[in-house]
Amino acid sequence: MTWYERRASCRWSAEAALRWWMRGSAALAGGLVVLVLAFVLAEALPLLLRVGGGRLFTDASWQPTAGRFGIGPLVWGTLLVAGGAVALAAPLGIASAVFVHFYAPQALVRPYRRAVELLAGIPSVVYGLWALVVLVPLLARLRPPGTCLLAGMLVLAVMVLPTVALFADASLARLPPELWRGAAALGLGRWATVRAVALPAARAGLAAGVLLAAVRAVGETMAVLMVCGNVIAVPADGLAPVRALTAHIALEMGYAAGEHRAALFATGLVLLAMVGALVGAVHLFGRRGHHA
Amino acid sequence: MGSRGWKAGALLAVLAGAVALGAHGGRCRGAGAGARLVATGSSTLAPLMAEIGKRFEAHHPGVRVDVQAGGSSRGVQDVLAGMAGLGLVSRPLLGAEAAQLRAFALARDGIALIAHATNPLPGLSTPQVRAIFRGQLTRWEQLGGRPGPITVVSKAAGRGTLLVFLEHFGLQAAEIRAQALVGDNEHGVKTVAANPGAIGYVSIGTAAADVRRGVPIKLLALDGVVPSAEQIAAGRYPLVRPLLLVTRGEPGGLVRELLDFARAEGVDDLVRTQGFVPLER
Repeated sequence: MTWYERRASCRWSAEAALRWWMRGSAALAGGLVVLVLAFVLAEALPLLLRVGGGRLFTDASWQPTAGRFGIGPLVWGTLLVAGGAVALAAPLGIASAVFVHFYAPQALVRPYRRAVELLAGIPSVVYGLWALVVLVPLLARLRPPGTCLLAGMLVLAVMVLPTVALFADASLARLPPELWRGAAALGLGRWATVRAVALPAARAGLAAGVLLAAVRAVGETMAVLMVCGNVIAVPADGLAPVRALTAHIALEMGYAAGEHRAALFATGLVLLAMVGALVGAVHLFGRRGHHA
Repeated sequence: MGSRGWKAGALLAVLAGAVALGAHGGRCRGAGAGARLVATGSSTLAPLMAEIGKRFEAHHPGVRVDVQAGGSSRGVQDVLAGMAGLGLVSRPLLGAEAAQLRAFALARDGIALIAHATNPLPGLSTPQVRAIFRGQLTRWEQLGGRPGPITVVSKAAGRGTLLVFLEHFGLQAAEIRAQALVGDNEHGVKTVAANPGAIGYVSIGTAAADVRRGVPIKLLALDGVVPSAEQIAAGRYPLVRPLLLVTRGEPGGLVRELLDFARAEGVDDLVRTQGFVPLER
């Protein structure tokens, strides 16, 4: 039927073995995701069945040992920290890719790309430590406590910047060379080519990169935990402390039992749903990119 | 980029798998079980227990002592669930726990109030501390200090240090008005060091070690008594807690041996190095 099955008939044993090995690997990878989901759901279920999932959003406060499970401020915390970080990182990352493709001197391109890749490889705890020692004291001078929403946004922006930059870089590189020739033939300048040809043509790839950066920002734990102050309240402004869903789980899981623990797993489900929605959006943009 | 991305993805997946397997292996007791001891719990106590474990291993070839930090409550849970032979607990046992577990004192630790090194105040009184953490005193000049707002750094819910602190000052968790909540001791120290107007509380051992390393924090005297191992040993510093090893039922075999080893005079030097106070025998 397909080419590899025709070939499989001549070299059955090796091909078949490889095929089963691949299938096994794929099943394992898919199975793990299902297992993790099932486990989180099973741990959260006792609480969800007893008090209902809605209480997570309608309860006024988080006091799990006193039967109050409100995580509304935490959802806001995650949205604000991650949203702010992506809003800062997206223009910078895309600008960085445009710079590499259209403006950078040839000698600078490779070292610059390596530097951005290196930025992507730095562990989050290192970013967190740096922010806590350098960034937080600076912000504390503006207004104490310094561990605040803005600190989280800034450190996360630095962390997700490479994701945006590398994706934008790749999607610009994938554009067909005819576009450049066409632009040159029309006598367009460099900036006009970037603005009117390159960016619109690479739109889907850019959007996918930004959404993946948002996935990373929402899921980031360690740096956010270290610099955000972790007070459970919707922050009044950028210099007020905030707690994200991930930091919440990391801070309390080791110390939780019974319904407190189940409520943390329910928090994890909410987080998974947010990440799932973002991943779905990435796919949507990816598909639209193919049709374009 | 595309194929490189895939390769990087595959590599990440393999690494993640390896880490997961490693973590899993760490949790399980080996098939032979006899030669491996697992102790989990308090992050305050874990470094000391790790040192004691190393010395114990040197005396008992073939035995491995596996120490994991994850909080006092995890120590209690793991021992009750049979996941660990010994639990490390840096707070008094709560009512229900005390009924299910056997507790053995290992050492004593104090909790010190800490502020930024540039804070001119030498110390605070108990009522002052209570008012600060309740949010009734919000500025340093109200205490005769340098003008500026007080940043209250407290511990996240459930931490052993928090429970001891609340108990000592007669506070409820819901009363605390904190501007920053932290996890372990080092997180607390770094948060206070980052903010000239901050006040927090951490294990004396951790705080003293950080001061020696040049971290810009200072230990505040409480009711005129400077927090130190000597003052605890002399019975003068009031904010102290027991460091406990807990077991389910009467310990036997290798667990008993490790327990006796950890409580003997032979490890007093390790206890002192960590800034804790050895047992009185």
